[in-house]
Amino acid sequence: MKYVDEFRDPNRAKRIVADIRKIVTRSWSIMEVCGGQTHSILRFGIDQLLPPEIELLHGPGCPVCVTPIEIIDRAIEIAKRENVILCSFGDMLRVPGSREDLLSAKAQGADVRILYSPLDALTIAKSNPDREVVFFAVGFETTAPANAMAVFQAKQLNLSNFSILVSQVLVPPAIEAILSSSQNRVQGFLAAGHVCTIMGYREYEPIAVKYKVPIVVTGFEPIDILQGIYLCLRQLEGGKYQVENQYSRSVRPDGNLTAMNMIEEIFEITQKNWRGIGEIPQSGLSLRNGYCDFDADLKFPSQTIPLEKNLSPCMSGVILQGIKKPHECPEFGKSCTPEYPLGATMVSSEGACAAYYRYRPHEPNGGELR
Amino acid sequence: MSEINKEFHWQCPFPVSKYPIITLAHGGGGKMTADLIDSIFRPAFSNNSLEEQHDGAVVRLPSGRLAFTTDSYVVNPLFFPGGDIGKLAVTGTVNDLLMCGAVPKYLSCGFILEEGLPTETLIRVVESMKDAAKFLNVELITGDTKVVEKGKGDGIYINSSGVGIMEHDLAIEPRSIKPGDKILLSGDIGRHGIAVLSEREGLKFHSPIVSDCAGLSGPVHALLESGIEIHCLRDLTRGGLGTALVELAETSKLAFHLDEAAVHVCDEVRGACEMLGLDPLYVANEGRFVAVVPEHQAEKALSILRSQHLSAMATILGSVRQIYSSRGCVAIKSHFGSERLIDKISGEQLPRIC
Repeated sequence: MKYVDEFRDPNRAKRIVADIRKIVTRSWSIMEVCGGQTHSILRFGIDQLLPPEIELLHGPGCPVCVTPIEIIDRAIEIAKRENVILCSFGDMLRVPGSREDLLSAKAQGADVRILYSPLDALTIAKSNPDREVVFFAVGFETTAPANAMAVFQAKQLNLSNFSILVSQVLVPPAIEAILSSSQNRVQGFLAAGHVCTIMGYREYEPIAVKYKVPIVVTGFEPIDILQGIYLCLRQLEGGKYQVENQYSRSVRPDGNLTAMNMIEEIFEITQKNWRGIGEIPQSGLSLRNGYCDFDADLKFPSQTIPLEKNLSPCMSGVILQGIKKPHECPEFGKSCTPEYPLGATMVSSEGACAAYYRYRPHEPNGGELR
Repeated sequence: MSEINKEFHWQCPFPVSKYPIITLAHGGGGKMTADLIDSIFRPAFSNNSLEEQHDGAVVRLPSGRLAFTTDSYVVNPLFFPGGDIGKLAVTGTVNDLLMCGAVPKYLSCGFILEEGLPTETLIRVVESMKDAAKFLNVELITGDTKVVEKGKGDGIYINSSGVGIMEHDLAIEPRSIKPGDKILLSGDIGRHGIAVLSEREGLKFHSPIVSDCAGLSGPVHALLESGIEIHCLRDLTRGGLGTALVELAETSKLAFHLDEAAVHVCDEVRGACEMLGLDPLYVANEGRFVAVVPEHQAEKALSILRSQHLSAMATILGSVRQIYSSRGCVAIKSHFGSERLIDKISGEQLPRIC
């Protein structure tokens, strides 16, 4: 298949791995930011091809995984209201809230619909004028433009029965949060190619300089990831720390201006809570005042009684920061499986725990097959 | 006054039997039900047992082993590229019998119709069942129809059971799988799931993806007739190739080692899966199967499968090995030489966010 097969060519992969082996002289820890990259690494066994000196750490770039539990609860509560159609991307449905997930709410009669695009929710709103249509706007900078466009169009169309429940997060502040942590082990980053396709990579340049860490904007196919690792390693071995662009077939330094303008028009930057990690300043998006009529959080005042502190043994927070690996969690593969997940990282196909469970089911103490 | 008299004529509220839509009365068990049977089902499936108009069918069978199976069909949409719920209800049940190594003979068919269903739709589905049954040489000898209120069904649900005759002494079942066996795959995967998904979601592709929905009598009978000592057969349905193999490995408590290069996925299905974030290993099929055969007969079995239209793209997918664990496992070797485990899918594959 065109534009895919050439980036999965085993011979090309072997050559890059040989180049990596040639230049590596000591141990390095490199983090791939995006869950899509984590998924590729495990699916294609890329980590198995690398020399033992290189350790890959799996980053927080899984939007499903970092969506706070209270927002999942809010989505469920809104979905259960009589007149509401709650529309969502598919993998949000199985993320556990504090009591249940959206799939259970749907089974109990809530009108929850899986969509591929927020613009489809507008169509539903137009054809159901008597009902309230809410889109669960979750994601990184990649989903923000389409979510913004949906709100923009809803305003132009005077669609008063459409709103979005926002949980948008931003990558650069999360990278900074990881780098400034006292437990940080990351020495180089593979930045998320799709996020940079929208936003460009200017924001990453001051981070690379401030923390003296190479950042390579990287794609998602095996060849992309291997090239990203090679470029990152070359900088690490050479004592350099710059932003490099491996994914130049998609990413421009300044990003996609039309998409960025759309985000800017609808959203403003805000403090954001990340599931398992906590508050990160300036790391989220919320609707600007001019669009607050489309904010589901304001439109449907919360009826939920605040919950007790979540006592789940899930340690997704340290996994999302690359401090621990999924199979180091005592619950992994035991009380926590994709069928009965304790945390979001076990649900999403981009979650590190789900990827480990799916492609490499280990006993928690390592090594043997289940 | 005379005007009124002119317009007046006696009307008698006779039940109308030729309804353009299915009504609750069609499931009432009275004349309307009989009309439905006489006008649609009996002409389509005409055979001696049905003509008896009895509560059940009585048939004569040779002595020996019988295979018996049942399956329900709730596909949405009812019609999709390459098939419909009626064709599926025949081929699916026939395939389950074939996977036991049986020669399928008789089917039953229970229809659950939703009030308001256009009668025309039912006729199309029944015609399709008739064609599939004729092609696969099975008779539909007993049936039932119920009608549920509007909103309580999804147009048509069908349950079909089937009986087949075992004409050999092989034990074609997971327990017969042995270390050293080879696993054959009958063709490319993922067509049915993507065809149905694209029809349901209104996704448009350059070249439409057609379901692989088909009865597998041709390839299965060819294997049996040529004396291949088949150890196990399994058709790939809802959970896709991945789930089918994990089920077999777990039941047989053996390790299946697969080669990714032997798994063919056509470009259209691959493209759709890439776009939607689905793994073709877990996408549904309705006309593909795996055969586990002794190593020394693997090449012969492969050439027999390749000589059949429905399995012309068959491959040797992998082999079976001993495992020193309480449960089986399936591992697949990627194009890169790395190996990963395959697990059953949990629930349905949900589309990814980005």
